[in-house]
Amino acid sequence: MQKMKLVVVGNGMAGMRTVEELLKIAPDIYDITVFGDEPYPNYNRIMLSPVLANEQTIDDIILNSREWYAENNISLYTSARINKIDRKNRVVTAADGTQAEYDRLLIATGSKPFMLPVPGADLQGVLGYRDIKDTNDMIAAAQKYKHAVVIGGGLLGLEAANGLKIQGMDVTVVHKNEWLLEKQLDKTAGKMLQKNLESKELKFLLKKDTEQLIGKDGRVSAVRFKDGQEIPADLVVMAVGIRPNYALAESAGIYCNRGIVVNDTMQTYDPRIYAVGECVSHRGTSYGLVAPLFDMAKVCATHLANFGIGQYKGSVTSTKLKVTGIDLFSAGDFSGGDDTEEIVLHDAVGGVYKKLVIKNDKIIGSVLYGDTADGSWYFQLLRDQKPIHEIRDHLLFGQSSVGNTGHAGHDKAAAMTDEMEVCGCNGVCKGTIVKAIKEKGLFTIDDVKKQTKAGSSCGSCTGLVEQILASTLGGGYAPPSTAKAVCGCTELSHEQVREEIRQHKYLNIPDAIKGMGWRTPNGCATCRPALNYYLISTWPHEAVDDPQSRFINERVHANIQKDGTYSVVPRMYGGVTSPDQLRKIADVAEKYAVPMVKVTGGQRIDLLGVKKEDLTSMWADLDMPSGYAYGKSIRTVKTCVGSEFCRFGTQNSTQMGIDIEKAFDHMWAPAKVKFAVSGCPRNCAESGIKDVGVIGVDSGWEIYVGGNGGIKTEVAQFLCKVKTSEEVLEYSGAFIQIYREEARYLDRTVHWIERVGLDYVKQCVVEDTEGRKAAYERLLYALQGAKDPWKERAQKREQFKEYETIQL
Amino acid sequence: MSWQQVCPLADIPKLGARVVRTNDKEIGVFRTEDDRVFALNNACPHKGGPLSQGIVYGDKVACPLHQWKVSLETGKAEEPDVGETACYQVKVENGNVFLEV
Repeated sequence: MQKMKLVVVGNGMAGMRTVEELLKIAPDIYDITVFGDEPYPNYNRIMLSPVLANEQTIDDIILNSREWYAENNISLYTSARINKIDRKNRVVTAADGTQAEYDRLLIATGSKPFMLPVPGADLQGVLGYRDIKDTNDMIAAAQKYKHAVVIGGGLLGLEAANGLKIQGMDVTVVHKNEWLLEKQLDKTAGKMLQKNLESKELKFLLKKDTEQLIGKDGRVSAVRFKDGQEIPADLVVMAVGIRPNYALAESAGIYCNRGIVVNDTMQTYDPRIYAVGECVSHRGTSYGLVAPLFDMAKVCATHLANFGIGQYKGSVTSTKLKVTGIDLFSAGDFSGGDDTEEIVLHDAVGGVYKKLVIKNDKIIGSVLYGDTADGSWYFQLLRDQKPIHEIRDHLLFGQSSVGNTGHAGHDKAAAMTDEMEVCGCNGVCKGTIVKAIKEKGLFTIDDVKKQTKAGSSCGSCTGLVEQILASTLGGGYAPPSTAKAVCGCTELSHEQVREEIRQHKYLNIPDAIKGMGWRTPNGCATCRPALNYYLISTWPHEAVDDPQSRFINERVHANIQKDGTYSVVPRMYGGVTSPDQLRKIADVAEKYAVPMVKVTGGQRIDLLGVKKEDLTSMWADLDMPSGYAYGKSIRTVKTCVGSEFCRFGTQNSTQMGIDIEKAFDHMWAPAKVKFAVSGCPRNCAESGIKDVGVIGVDSGWEIYVGGNGGIKTEVAQFLCKVKTSEEVLEYSGAFIQIYREEARYLDRTVHWIERVGLDYVKQCVVEDTEGRKAAYERLLYALQGAKDPWKERAQKREQFKEYETIQL
Repeated sequence: MSWQQVCPLADIPKLGARVVRTNDKEIGVFRTEDDRVFALNNACPHKGGPLSQGIVYGDKVACPLHQWKVSLETGKAEEPDVGETACYQVKVENGNVFLEV
């Protein structure tokens, strides 16, 4: 089949990122031709500032070498400015007459620096700051001249000023506003920044309007302001903003409105023509930062690849200033208004300033100066639109102060969750980096950059990437990756998968995998157990429970041990046993020569070291129900003695525990579920660290949820107080059912509550009476007619050949 | 070495395995979704976990102990893990599985 022709106008970061994304997903459908008006292959424009500051060289910042273009069969024309698009004949023409036909055209012409329209703007020595040439011109000027004036105190202006200072010039920054970086910082942080930069011997003239650039022999010699002041200038760098570069598109009759207008698929008004990057206007917004461009590139590539799935819906951006030694971070709307609140920490002497702007219980903006370690956490809270009132009182002290005990000694990177973004430019999460480090055996920052792209754009997260590298390689422990997609077999998230299963009523894994377009024929060891759970929890009694998609423990109803033997834990409802049960257990332990008999933390007895082929006979001899000690399921209901015997007990906690355990027996869940019932607030059953903890008080029962005594100790949170034991069952059952229906597979209740918020849970379980009753009914329905798996297997051994070894 | 009859193919579940024991060996006999059969030494190259108890997908099995992914075809661990477990010849004839041991 003949390949289609894709022509890319613009050899910059947005255009080439789109090509890279395209090659990843559809390497063979296009013959690709790229035109760039600069004489270089694609380079990292963001890194021009470090080049000017002598921290990097031009060679360091090349992203795609000429060899890369050759290897990917891309025809590259450099120093070739396209000046005509003939849409009728689908041909583009470069200034030198080179022509190329296209089936699809990608315009990525970027932006131009905005030059102030003042007299003298055309003098020699007046530059914008956009490309390698500008950078080289500045470095050359610094060799010959002394006085540099940078007009514009924004990110680019300050980076230029810092670089020129390092090049040895005497630099003055002229700014129209009252403080620097007014688009990124509020006044307080802006002033702190100015003070810091002044200590680096940069000079500032604020609230100044440039009137004229004065020349001498054709070269600039001074800058005059509207207030009459004049300062010497041998080099003037204009950094007052950028304008989308859409002249070419407009001349071809493509609809533009302060940028090339594109829809959410990055398509222009000509369906054969796409546009990405700083040249576009998307929903009325043009972006000048790299992260949105890369988001656009990803979306555009899926459409060029004919997948037609991605949608770009705009970006919330965050920025960091790349001036070595200065730490600042800002995101969202940090200036606020009448309807916003602010939380501020200001330590002028220590040089730390943190401000969070809050509206309707959500972070809408943040400014951090001096201590930006929590920037990505705040940014995540902002983007996820998470209600913050529950953590409001320690919010400003950072993530490590929020319910995160038992992690002493872990550095910042270690405290991050896998979903948290490390590299905002490329959208690389910690999980991705860790996974790459582990799976690809990476050892250096450069390797990580190459494999994951993290730190390869603006580089401000390099320190964090380094920490992750160190903690991943050094500690040996790294949490399993829980990136957004369920696994590598699909792009779909857990929530999307659940929704699809509900909507299309998939009842078995093959149908689900096929219907949802899995990339693999039968999934993998990560997605299949999740899918199986989602199917049976969404469609109880209807969906097929596939044993081959269950982890071994759930498949054989026993817990595999390191030597391949199994453990057997019979149920003891509420932790209550009898001489008869104990006698049976003792007999069985002797008969099968069980190497260890142990009392568990969940108040029952564990028989360890049982051979697989003995399991069914042992269960038959025991004649006790399975304790589900092996599953993502209800485990135990731990109880204290309670009012029957205890002199302090206010309620019959033992009976309550037995009732709960019997009511919810056989229940599968996204992860293990542990209950506890204590008969008084002394809480001997440790209700405070259970998924559902019930505490008896004189007037009824208090219910706590989301506790966890595992890797990270989590104290359960108060859900509600009820009067009767029937209510305990109904409220805790409804809670568990909603968790079963909404949590991601393998998320404990605490993780789920963290994600959706306790308010939501209270709303569903406590306030919405009808909803609660319905959820409880759904749970009872799901559990209806459940059979004890041990009994079933002990009785019908011929149907369960899995337990037999074939002897040759 | 000789071909020995193991069991009917139907006794091994699709995407599953059975354990076969000889005098000196324990072998996992696996069946893929498309009814290919493979036989591996029932010990993961990592810590000796019983591979036969793992989840089978594609032509791989994930060890039940620490989730190493081992190729049913070659017995090799998936990168970046390194290791290899022994493979045995296995075939299906007239609906019966035979193993060469």
